[in-house]
Amino acid sequence: MGPIMKFQVVVLAGGMSKKLFPLVSKDVPKALLPVGNRPVLSYVLELLEANNLKDLIVVVAGEDAAVRVGGWITEAYDGRLHVEVAAVSEDIGTADALRAVLHRLVVDDVLVVSGDIVSDVPLGAIAAAHRRKRAVLTAMLCSSPSASTAEAISSTGKDKAKKPSPIDIVGLDTSHQHLLFLASGTQVDKDVKIRRSLIRVVDQMEIHMDLMDAHLYAFNRAILQEVLELCQGIKSIKQDLVPYLVRSQSKFGAIASGDTQTEAVGKTPNKDDSGQPQTPMQDIVPLPQHILPGVLHPASLELTCCVYIASEGKYCSRVNSIQTYGDINRDVAGELVFLTGYTVSNQNNVIHPTAEIGSKTTVGPQCMVGDGSKLGDKCSVKKSIVGRHCRIGSNVKIINSVVMNHVTVEDGCLIQGSVICSNVHLQERANLKDCQVGAGYIITANSEHKAEALSKREKS
Amino acid sequence: METRRGARMVIDPKVRQVGFVTPGSELGRPAAPEPPGAAAPVPVVANSPSPVIIPLLLIPDTSSLRTTPLPVPSPPSRRVVAAPPADDSMPLGSYNPSDAILGSSQGSSERTGNNDKHGSAPTDSLADMSLSNASTLAIRLEGLNVTNDGISNVLSTSTVRSAVAAAPTSVEHAFQTSSGQGIIGSVPAVSVDMAAAANPQADPRPMPLKDRTSKAERRAIQEAQRAAKAAAKGVGTDIAAIADGNVANEVKSSKPSSQKKGLSEKKPAVFSDKKPVVSSDKKPVVSSDKKSAEKASEKDKRKDIPAPRMQFDDEQRVAKAKRRSLIEQTEAKNRVELFRHLPQFLHGTQLPSLESKFFHEDPLHPHPSVFQVGLQYLTREIVGGNARCIAMLMAFRDMINDYSTPMEKTLVRDLTAKINSHVSFLITCRPISISMGNAIKFLKTRIASLPVTVSEFEAKHSLILEIDRFIQEKIVFADNEIVKHAVTKIRDGDVLLTHGSSCVVEMILVRAFELGKKFQVVVIDSRPRLEGKGLLRRLLGKGLHCTYTHINAASYAMQGVTRVFLGAASVLSNGTVYSRVGTACVAMVAHALGVPVMICCETYKFHERVQLDSICSNELGDPDALVEVHGRKDVYSLRGWADSKHLHVLNLMYDATPADYVSMIITELGMVPPTSVPVILREYRKVPYVM
Repeated sequence: MGPIMKFQVVVLAGGMSKKLFPLVSKDVPKALLPVGNRPVLSYVLELLEANNLKDLIVVVAGEDAAVRVGGWITEAYDGRLHVEVAAVSEDIGTADALRAVLHRLVVDDVLVVSGDIVSDVPLGAIAAAHRRKRAVLTAMLCSSPSASTAEAISSTGKDKAKKPSPIDIVGLDTSHQHLLFLASGTQVDKDVKIRRSLIRVVDQMEIHMDLMDAHLYAFNRAILQEVLELCQGIKSIKQDLVPYLVRSQSKFGAIASGDTQTEAVGKTPNKDDSGQPQTPMQDIVPLPQHILPGVLHPASLELTCCVYIASEGKYCSRVNSIQTYGDINRDVAGELVFLTGYTVSNQNNVIHPTAEIGSKTTVGPQCMVGDGSKLGDKCSVKKSIVGRHCRIGSNVKIINSVVMNHVTVEDGCLIQGSVICSNVHLQERANLKDCQVGAGYIITANSEHKAEALSKREKS
Repeated sequence: METRRGARMVIDPKVRQVGFVTPGSELGRPAAPEPPGAAAPVPVVANSPSPVIIPLLLIPDTSSLRTTPLPVPSPPSRRVVAAPPADDSMPLGSYNPSDAILGSSQGSSERTGNNDKHGSAPTDSLADMSLSNASTLAIRLEGLNVTNDGISNVLSTSTVRSAVAAAPTSVEHAFQTSSGQGIIGSVPAVSVDMAAAANPQADPRPMPLKDRTSKAERRAIQEAQRAAKAAAKGVGTDIAAIADGNVANEVKSSKPSSQKKGLSEKKPAVFSDKKPVVSSDKKPVVSSDKKSAEKASEKDKRKDIPAPRMQFDDEQRVAKAKRRSLIEQTEAKNRVELFRHLPQFLHGTQLPSLESKFFHEDPLHPHPSVFQVGLQYLTREIVGGNARCIAMLMAFRDMINDYSTPMEKTLVRDLTAKINSHVSFLITCRPISISMGNAIKFLKTRIASLPVTVSEFEAKHSLILEIDRFIQEKIVFADNEIVKHAVTKIRDGDVLLTHGSSCVVEMILVRAFELGKKFQVVVIDSRPRLEGKGLLRRLLGKGLHCTYTHINAASYAMQGVTRVFLGAASVLSNGTVYSRVGTACVAMVAHALGVPVMICCETYKFHERVQLDSICSNELGDPDALVEVHGRKDVYSLRGWADSKHLHVLNLMYDATPADYVSMIITELGMVPPTSVPVILREYRKVPYVM
């Protein structure tokens, strides 16, 4: 019996992420970045495992990273999952990565999952929605972090110098089932241009700014292959492939099946950001109809792009920026602790039994302390995660922070809203606020840093 | 006690005429009891394959509307005749004609009587009818006599009866095996009971005797039958034996599908509570005085009896069924009392539970394609009889394509079981339609009739071909033919009215338009599904001249309409048209205003069941759909209705249009009056099914 329900899974684990600098390094590819003391990839793998999807293809950018990820997977999931790790060269887009494993895809549909998703959505629902609509593409959308957070991001001026913009702009039909438009917020400069022909066909279109593309897609395999082979210009799934498919809806099919279920799409043709892949896509030959499934009835000839909107109660987030990394860590330590599989103590925190905690040290709720870590006396840990085998002296305050493995923190340090990577050494009375400290960095005693990204330059 | 009930079951339409009954369905039926009886033995003797004879009878019929002497559907009674001498064997072909005529005679004799009494039938047409009937019957008789001089003349009615009775039974078997649907016809009849069996026997004689035949009398008749059989046995035995084996097989296979149960319920469904009693009552009578061999076959027979259709007001059964089902189903509250026997689940709970099981590995888990189709049924993404049927068949095709026989199992049995489990999965998604039931039966028959020697690959290949052929012939070509026939009925200047959205009607309208006919279309729509809008838009897209209105305005909209074209989910053997709710209303209005009503229906949707009302078998839609008005958020007076104990919201999906509102049924075989449905069922069904 082949893959279950004729779905194959491709996990795009990525390699190094520039956005996550300096947290990600050669030693720690993005997939292995600890979230709640577990590599972020483990959340995806466990989600897949929980959904009984055990044959996976994990695509990692970079040979080294692939080796590391592969090593970790075999160690952690030996016998539970059947994982093939494929390495692709670094600096290629997600669509290219997908193209690299295209030949391994054989069954009807492909589930493409980004390796940095922390979520508990039922994958079956997405797959079911995909099948139900016989869609070419089904994208999962989740509600994006609230507007206030978005404001906060931009106001900190960390990664978006521009004015506050929504993460994604999503156009849906009134039944909230069909995807009519998708653009990432950063791509859209001023206006969203939508073809009038589209509106004419669909009557109504809702533009959502509160939804976010979760980078979890179901593709029809045949069409995916066709498209990727025909248009080598498609580099990225999100920026090229999905918009292309969404636009293609109007070219083929668009047969009115119901009252509101008509679909057809046009899109802003002059996007400066992604103009470069635009050109090769102009001369793409129309998809041959014979590859479409279920040709018997004319109504089935639609080429539809659908969405699955994660229900309110479900969590879905991606580790794709420093901000989200911190958020997700907090969430994982807090209300999402069930995702990690750790048992929660009475104080609503997770402290590994082998961790040693000194006298008068308090570990607040929604905290995690990994195994083998030692906390000195009179420490205070609030809303933070402390990794494995950390040595933390006395009188240390860790608030709202993530401290990875093998970190040494000497007495009297104050860590606030920061991310401290593995093997970092904080000397006495160092004071960090909103900082990211790369692996192996040494912070000198009495130093004070605010909103800085610190990493060892010389090594890289 | 039981006797009376059984008898009533047969005649019952009289009683039920008050409501939604179809007195008119009897209109066109022959009123000559005797000749058919005499005619019956012909085939027995002649032993000629029926298909040769029948088309001759049928084809002229198709052209004329009401006056055709087509046999009346009174399956229960006629089958019952067949029931008692279960084991007897008779050549296959002989069955049908005799059977048919027999049936017609009974029904007509009783029913014309009824009509007279109630005065429900227009007298002139009645007279007409009887005239033509008489003549045709006479013709038939003649023919029969020619072929069969000795017997029919010599035998008294009762002896003829017995001979006749003997014949059908064996044939019954053969018929069943050959055409899966035969079972359905026969089964409920078996369960009806001995009284009913006695009934037809008495039939040709004056009425009063009917249900008063005593046990002794019946036994005597049986003995006579047996004697008659013994003579005929020589040839027939082996055939019957084979047939029997097959029957058992087939029956087993088809039983679990509750669809079949549902479909196979004819009139008894109305009396469903009585049925078990009846059948149990019958056992001692029959089996006590039968030989052991007969007993065995009697058991076989009993296997034919489908378990009564799942009644959803039976809590135990429902609980049991739930445990087996893949979908979590929550019973809806506030179900309408009269419709409690129909499945009604809380809307919105099924889909998530089904979705969450998408990737689960489970022996119950259906094939991906079937799962997909189930999902689409559940979300109403595939609606419409043909679309659903095609989708299901395509899914089964995929499944068969991927199928490989497990070790130590035979393809025939395992695949049948598999199909059964898939069908029950589909039923949990949405109750299957009659047309789908027929398709499933067809498929199962094909599987059951696969020779043992065929390799798996060949078997799969042939099944896939069969499915393709079914879709092509029974649906695609049939639709084309229907369009061809129907278009001839559209003339310039016509105003055509249709209700809802039927794909065949749409094809007809479009085709007629393409042929350059000048006509107008009135699309009548009804809440809550407003399917007519889709049709309207497509018609407008093609440039047709349309009027759109809701069913409330039917009486007005009907004025000036020259023809009504309607689709159907099924046409039942008494001519009742089972279709999207609202159809009956439209047909009635049309009838009242003298507008001809054409029902467009492929013959694969025909069913032997007889249904007199829309209650016993129907489908309940989501009641919330009625409560909410699309696009009117301000209409909220019924919000939270489920919490009120005093309110029941009923959203019926189908209704039954009595045959007398129907002028004509347009099938791929031609245009026939509703009274001819049983003929088509009987004659055309089996040909492709047997092959």
